[in-house]
Formats: sequence, structure tokens, C-alpha cells
Amino acid sequence: MEKTELLALSAVELGRAIRNGETTAVEAMEAVLAQVDRTESQYNCYVTLDREDALKRAAEVQKKIETGELTGPLAGVPVAIKDNMCTEGMLTTCSSKILHNFVPTFSSEAVLNLEKAGAVVIGKTNMDEFAMGSTTETSAYGVTRNPRNPEHVPGGSSGGSAAAVAAEECYFALGSDTGGSIRQPASYCGVVGMKPTYGTVSRYGLIAYGSSLDQIGPLTKTVEDCAVVLETIASHDTKDSTSLNREDTDFSSALKKDVQGMRIGIPRDYFGEGLDAEVKDAVLAAADLLKANGAIVEEFDLSLVEYAIPTYYTIAAAEASSNLERFDGIKYGYRAEDAQGLHQMYKKTRSQGFGPEVKRRIMLGSFVLSSGYYDAYYLKALRVKAMIKKAFDQAFEKYDCILGPVSPTTAPKLGESLSDPIKMYLGDIYTISVNLAGLPGISVPCGTDSKGLPIGLQLIGDCFGEKKLIQTAYTFEQLRKEGK
Amino acid sequence: MANIITDETIEYVGILAKLELSGEEKEAAKKDMGRMLDYIDKLGELDTTGVEPMSHVFPVQNVFREDEATNGDESEKTLQNAPEEKDNMFVVPKTFE
Repeated sequence: MEKTELLALSAVELGRAIRNGETTAVEAMEAVLAQVDRTESQYNCYVTLDREDALKRAAEVQKKIETGELTGPLAGVPVAIKDNMCTEGMLTTCSSKILHNFVPTFSSEAVLNLEKAGAVVIGKTNMDEFAMGSTTETSAYGVTRNPRNPEHVPGGSSGGSAAAVAAEECYFALGSDTGGSIRQPASYCGVVGMKPTYGTVSRYGLIAYGSSLDQIGPLTKTVEDCAVVLETIASHDTKDSTSLNREDTDFSSALKKDVQGMRIGIPRDYFGEGLDAEVKDAVLAAADLLKANGAIVEEFDLSLVEYAIPTYYTIAAAEASSNLERFDGIKYGYRAEDAQGLHQMYKKTRSQGFGPEVKRRIMLGSFVLSSGYYDAYYLKALRVKAMIKKAFDQAFEKYDCILGPVSPTTAPKLGESLSDPIKMYLGDIYTISVNLAGLPGISVPCGTDSKGLPIGLQLIGDCFGEKKLIQTAYTFEQLRKEGK
Repeated sequence: MANIITDETIEYVGILAKLELSGEEKEAAKKDMGRMLDYIDKLGELDTTGVEPMSHVFPVQNVFREDEATNGDESEKTLQNAPEEKDNMFVVPKTFE
């Protein structure tokens, strides 16, 4: 098969071509590495990339495919991993200086599940430092550019993963989503991204940011790939005490082109002030298309939407301040050279090792958890979180899924977001409450704006409602492909 | 700005967070934190009387497992990541004189 033809395949199509003997895992890896040579200097999707090792592992997998040991849909398919997931023997930096030399001695469960299925890791993708950001500009290893328009950001925090999929520098990628970090970059880069129900994918080996909100999920070219990758990485893991024991993880069984009778709710509160007119039109056009094909679409009031962001930043900052205490210069990572005594070493290491956005959130988190403020800020946020969850519960009594935009705008230009943190945080308004309520959400491309930048459609499901999301997203994707 | 963050508060939070901020960083942190807290104060508009704080969305309680080692001795591998090590131990700066 020609290399350009090979690169255009989806992950599932590539896996099939490898199994049919039309190509090999090694050829696929060579095609991806050749693409990296062409475009990586411009986009900077990866922090770490080990060519020789990737080719070596592709050859090993190819042998296992030929002997019939590996038969699954992802066997031989090259995958990129966000750099906050531990990979044994491969540098894992979280795009931070404080982990500039950290080589994990174990792999995260999601990566192991992929490797067991025969997927081949190419390298580690760039991200906002410790997943704190919405643009991938807070990385200590340079910005990633949006392959659809390199003057613009790819989104974040899984910006490197989304960009690598869009640039065909991998066939699919893993990201993590704490407040929209898979769905928003997927939307900005015109790819599919999904955050599953909290607890569906093990967080073992995922470097924690906000533990009660973090979930790993796929970034892919198609909805079919998304379903197949998600069912591969989902597992019950006793090493993650929040991992769920689900039996309904055969997500590819939901790849049906049918929305007849699907009840879809459109929250009016998602279409108010701040939403770009072109994004609004594209998202509503998607709703109309689903309606024309048999879905029951109606508007409703979700309520509490404007309280999601302050709730999220309180909880996420609090959890981050606690989770990031482990970076102290003792056991791994960066250590400040010039410190006198242990206590000063901690302070200097952390002050030199963390970037400004990480410090900002650790400071805020330490404050809201401190004596005298804990009740007023942290507990208050946990109470509002319960109210937000209840508002979603009520909505899902009436609807199978909720439809809306992923982000209020398309990808902003590089350098335009970081100066005003609150403005940047406001960009997460449609994605953040999904994490607070533990729900699944998917972003599917639904159009482009007048500048040619992709627009994403978000579908939100009830807990364990991934199949309805996948079915609706798949139907929409197929109808759109048919030019309807 | 309704929330005025004092020098003392920033010092105190710096101690809790184990961060040593430069003069410039301190000024920025005072401003940022004040603005963020003003924004978070919006939650005060909601009456949450009688609402239980929700730390976890599913009723999953403490999950226990037997405290049994399932991996071998990986100290050598682990210590390869240490900034400084000696005789199979992590070396830290002097804590007592």
C-alpha cells in the first residue's frame, strides 16, 4: 500500500489491512515516522519519540500477528500517549521541568491494556503542564500548533494528542480529561474525543491532577475508532480504588446508524452570551440533522451552568495542591542545586520546577483548603457539585443525551489566552460540569468556521450512557459524511 | 476587587504550598488569587442549606484489598530516578546540624 494511502486510514481500517496482509505493523510505523519527519518540526505534537524502539516493537507485534497470537482490531496500530501517563522505560514529563528526567518503572493500566491488544506506542505527546491549561501553551517544552491552522492553538490540555491525530502523526491517541481536556482539543483540531464515565478507565499510572475529575479517554479520527479504543482501555482495576466493575463495555456494539426515537435535549443555557455565532449555527444544524432522521429534539433549562466553573476551579485546585505535594525533589525529577537544608530544598525545587499556571493553582488550592476557609470554599464547592449532579439527573429522566457546543469559540490564536486566566477558564464552561457530575461526553466534528477552523459538537450522556452517545455520534458522523 | 489578599496571607499560603515566590510572583499571586476568589464567591448566591457535600459521584465507599506485595524488589530501578542516592537509599540535604 502507498504511504499516503496508508496514513489516511482510520485505526480500525489499518488494523484490518494489517490482519489481511495488505500491509504490516512495521510499514504503518514507518509511514507515521515519515509523516513525523515532514510535519513535526512545525507542529511539535510530541515531547518524546523513540524511533528505533517504536520500529522494534512494531516488528515484535507483527510477528505475533503472523503467528495468530494477536488478532484484535488494534494489533499493529501506532498510538501516541499523552505525557501524563506513565510508560515503563520511556520519559514521562507531564510537560513540566520538575519531571524533566523521570523514567517510570511501570506503565499505566490504560497503556498496558493497549499494548496487550497489540497497539504500538510511538511516543509521548505534549500537553499543558500537569494538564493545567486549555491551549498546550503552558508546556515547559514549547507550544504545539494546530495542524488545521498553525497560527492557532490545538487546545488543551491534551493538545499534543489531538494535534498528532489531526496531523496523521499517529493513528489514534490517549488523552486525559479533567475539565474538558480531551473534548476541547478534539473540537479545535477536528477529531473525535471522548471522556468516559468516571471510573471506566483505570487511573493507575496517570499522574494525578484532580483525582475526583480525571479520566483517560481516546482521541481518534472516527467514532468507530473511538468506540474500539474505549472498549480496549476500559477495565476494572483493583490498583485504582475508584475503578468501576462494568460489564457493558462492548462499546463497538453501539455503532449503529439509527437515531429513531433518540431523545435529545438542548440546554438553552448553553446557547447564551459568549457563544460564537458560527459555532452556534453549526451545532444547531447538527441537531436539525439528527431531528430530520428521527431523533426527538427539544430545548430545556439545565440550570446552574454559570456555577460550574467556580465550583470546578475550587475542587480541581484543592485536589491539585494535595496531589502535587509529591514533587519534592527527593525520589525523582528535578532537585534545586543551591539549597541549604531539607525545607529550603523543597521550596526551591518546587519554585524552580513548576511553571506559573501550576503555581497559581497550587496556591489557590492550598488557600481554599486552609483552616478557616475550608468550609466557606471547599465544602461549599462540594455542595454545589451535588446540586449540579442533581440537575443532570433530572435532565436524564427526560433525555438520552444532551447536545451542545464543546467550546464557545473555535481555536484562538497562539498567545491570546494566557494573559487573563478567568477568561481562559470561561472557555471551559460547556465541558466542565460533565467532569463534576462524572458523566461521559464526546466531541465530534460538525463543521468549520469562516476561517476554516473546526467546530465540535458535544454529546453528554448519563452515567454509563456511552453507548447512546456513540450511537448518536456515529449516526451524525455517517450522515455528515454522506453530505446530508 | 472584594477579596484583598495581604502579604501575610501570601506568605502563609506559600508555606502551606511549599513555594518560594519572588517579589514579582507574590504581587501577581495576590492579584490572581483575589480575582479568583471574587469569582468563586459567586457560589455564595446559592442556598446550599441541607445539601450534603459530594466528594464522589458514585456511592463507592472505601475499597480495601489485602496488603500483599504483588511486585518484586524494584529498589534498584526506582533509585535510578533519584536525584541523589547512596547505598540503596535516597540522599537528602542535611536536616539537623
